[in-house]
Amino acid sequence: MFQLKESIMKKRMLITITFICTAVFVFAQDKFYTKNGKILFSSKAALENIEAHNKSVTCVLDAKTGNLQFAVLMKGFEFEKALMQEHFNENYIESHKYPRAEFRGQVINIGEIDYTKDGIYKALVRGKLSLHGETKDVETTGTIAVKSGKLEADAEFNIELADYKVEIPKLVKDNISKTVKVIVDCNLEPLKG
Amino acid sequence: MKHLLLIVFLVFSFCAVKAQDEDLLKLLGEDEKPKKEFVEYAFKSSRVIMSQSMELIRPGVMDMRILHRFGNINKGAYEFFGLDNATMRLGFDFGITKNLMLGVGRSTNKKELDGFLKYRLIHQGKGPGSMPFSFLMVGGSSMTLLKWADTARKNFFSSRLGFFGQAIIGRKFSEGFSLQFMPTMVHRNLVATANDPNDLYAVGVGTRLKLSRRISLNVDYYYRLNPNSQDGTQNPLSIGFDIETGGHVFQLHFTNAVGMNEKVFLLETTNDWAKGDIQFGFNISRSFQVRKKKN
Repeated sequence: MFQLKESIMKKRMLITITFICTAVFVFAQDKFYTKNGKILFSSKAALENIEAHNKSVTCVLDAKTGNLQFAVLMKGFEFEKALMQEHFNENYIESHKYPRAEFRGQVINIGEIDYTKDGIYKALVRGKLSLHGETKDVETTGTIAVKSGKLEADAEFNIELADYKVEIPKLVKDNISKTVKVIVDCNLEPLKG
Repeated sequence: MKHLLLIVFLVFSFCAVKAQDEDLLKLLGEDEKPKKEFVEYAFKSSRVIMSQSMELIRPGVMDMRILHRFGNINKGAYEFFGLDNATMRLGFDFGITKNLMLGVGRSTNKKELDGFLKYRLIHQGKGPGSMPFSFLMVGGSSMTLLKWADTARKNFFSSRLGFFGQAIIGRKFSEGFSLQFMPTMVHRNLVATANDPNDLYAVGVGTRLKLSRRISLNVDYYYRLNPNSQDGTQNPLSIGFDIETGGHVFQLHFTNAVGMNEKVFLLETTNDWAKGDIQFGFNISRSFQVRKKKN
């Protein structure tokens, strides 16, 4: 009798565990990702317009919690002029010391976005951007377009170079803008758990 | 049963907590595999000072280089410490591909025209399957456009020519320190005396020490293996600073070499550091992007 009770309990436990596992599995399916998202930055000044793009941005969005994370390798930014690229890596961003930039934050209004229904949704994003060894709060409004189970996330925001301790030498102070516009464009696919 | 409930509750709360500060990027496992990556920017420019460096200019870039050497500093105030006399070389370098560049130049010294090709066979990298050093080959020739000194004898066009071949083995050891060795051979078709070798062999060493993000200390030296011991020529040595300001690189240096191509500074350097026959010199390099990168 006692033995039988124990075996029922074991069975129940097994069922419960299976349930939990399934639940976790479902959670996992709510994540979307890309490894080749795009980031473009541009800075416009009287003498010189600087533009660079990176086509291997990693991004993961957890649709359940709204957690959103980006990672990008600084060396992956391509400039029109080779010398600009060298200066960006060597003198401004110091990519040997700070190889990655990361964003960790959340889509605040995640509840308003229905990932099962096609459409274009506004997304309010807030989080921390780490760049050149400095971490600062960033907030922006972007869009998430849902199309047959895939997401296209777009956003645009400005950052101040001084916030991230990116120094501009006095000699070229007027040639380089102190504000940089960052444009993000990622096509996210469901992450299979 | 109570225990089971507790366990389930714990597991759930654990899951919930985990979901909150989960490192989503780790899910992709992108940090696990280190990728092969080339090491760039071992030197600020394509020259150490007088020698070719292990760096190339990028494809689509034209580098205009203006090289100046003043007279000897120990000539005193009358010659304004050498600044009254200057020789120069005007040159244009072109980046053809990632691993190939060429350049042409004209020097006031001996009215020489010179040209070279530089090709990188091995590019230093880090990560799996990469090489710990860079290996480059440089070949060049020079032609003097001076009128013949001796018009009585029969002069051949080939007598105006000189050639050099060089291997560069270099490594960027750290962000601040790069070192390279340059085994070199110079060939002249015409030599002045029987004591002068037609083929001269030399080993060079070039190094860069970065002092700040935009300033570095460079040293460039050659030891010649079979020089003509009677003509009083010296091994060339240059010490200087690279200073970078936006689109320009200024190289300010002290040197005993007057010539600004391999043949001349290896074979015709008569100034002696020990006697104070040093010249001040500077190179200016200005890059132009002549072919834009495809996006």
